[in-house]
Amino acid sequence: MYFMDLFIKKRIKAIQKGDQNAYADLVDLYKDKIYRLCYRMLGNPHEAEDAAQEAFIRAYIHIDTYNPEMKFSTWLYRIATNLTIDKLRKRKPDVYLDEEVGGTDGLTMQAQLPSREASPEEAVESLELQETVQQAIEQLPEKYRSVIVLKYMEDLSLQEISEILGLPVGTVKTRLHRGREALRRQLGHL
Amino acid sequence: MECPKEIVLLMHSYFDGDLQPEGEQQLKEHLRSCAACAAHFHELKKTVAFLQYAAHVAAPPSFAAKVMEAMPKERKTARLRRFLHRHPLLTAASLFFALTFGSLASSWGERGAFSVSADEHVIIRDHTVIVPKGETVKGDIVVRNGSIRIEGTVDGDVTVIHGKKYMASAGQVTGEVEEINQVFEWIWYNIKERFNRALQSIE
Repeated sequence: MYFMDLFIKKRIKAIQKGDQNAYADLVDLYKDKIYRLCYRMLGNPHEAEDAAQEAFIRAYIHIDTYNPEMKFSTWLYRIATNLTIDKLRKRKPDVYLDEEVGGTDGLTMQAQLPSREASPEEAVESLELQETVQQAIEQLPEKYRSVIVLKYMEDLSLQEISEILGLPVGTVKTRLHRGREALRRQLGHL
Repeated sequence: MECPKEIVLLMHSYFDGDLQPEGEQQLKEHLRSCAACAAHFHELKKTVAFLQYAAHVAAPPSFAAKVMEAMPKERKTARLRRFLHRHPLLTAASLFFALTFGSLASSWGERGAFSVSADEHVIIRDHTVIVPKGETVKGDIVVRNGSIRIEGTVDGDVTVIHGKKYMASAGQVTGEVEEINQVFEWIWYNIKERFNRALQSIE
């Protein structure tokens, strides 16, 4: 891990001096993680590729604002997460799925929607299961979606997620809790 | 029977990995006695397993190349630095040129003291070297930061740097006469000089 950090630090120094080729190493290192995040957030390979690409370019342009106290991956995740949330907000201007519904203890309208019908046979095929899971994630309001994706797809700690989203760990836990409950309604019976 | 809300919170603490031993005990006991909560817990476990199962996705194969292609143009200095880093011989050569030209150009800038390479048979007055009528200077004369007036004969080349040469009608120079008043001429002159010196040392 130590050597890895050193490798990343050196690359960042070179990039800050303007060496673009040093950035190629970092893109290689994080491309799968960032692409996966974008794919899970947006649910469409084409959009995911565009978003991931944009995230990497934004990070490069703003490399001077990177604070080395933070893990580089955390910073990169933050850029990519914000980007995908922006895209999601622009995508659906007429449906407010993450509006909280009065008197339901923080559950949103989405969580109250009837779960999608899925037969057990459907789950047998792994690809179909993947799709089912993806569809369930896509139905989550963005604030729950981001924590679920960061936790279960990216396998990050609650501390890291809190840094990426700029939220207290307690808030991350609450959102995870609600996200898991909403997903349970969709996936728990499979 | 309505189960205490606490139980669901304990379940989520379990998934967050911060369930304390007492809590774990309480949850276990409740799940053993309550089928509804046991089913709920089982569904959550399944959900998490599905999520983790679905996690693996890789970026498309050409992704990194596309990112690098879409990058804004980098600063020229960086490209040059990398280029030089990759071509050490070129670096050495360009360093040599940079140093040579740099030092020559700056030595041109500093208008140094008056000097002359010959002192026999000449008169020096107010930064002007005079080759008097009837005198013959054997060998080359180089005057720096001063002028030369030739009334006699110079048996060799005359070079004036930062200055002027005045030829009297009777004056005679057997070799070449050169005035250097421009920085490029100065550099060229130096290179020629060095080249000649190098040739001489080889000979």
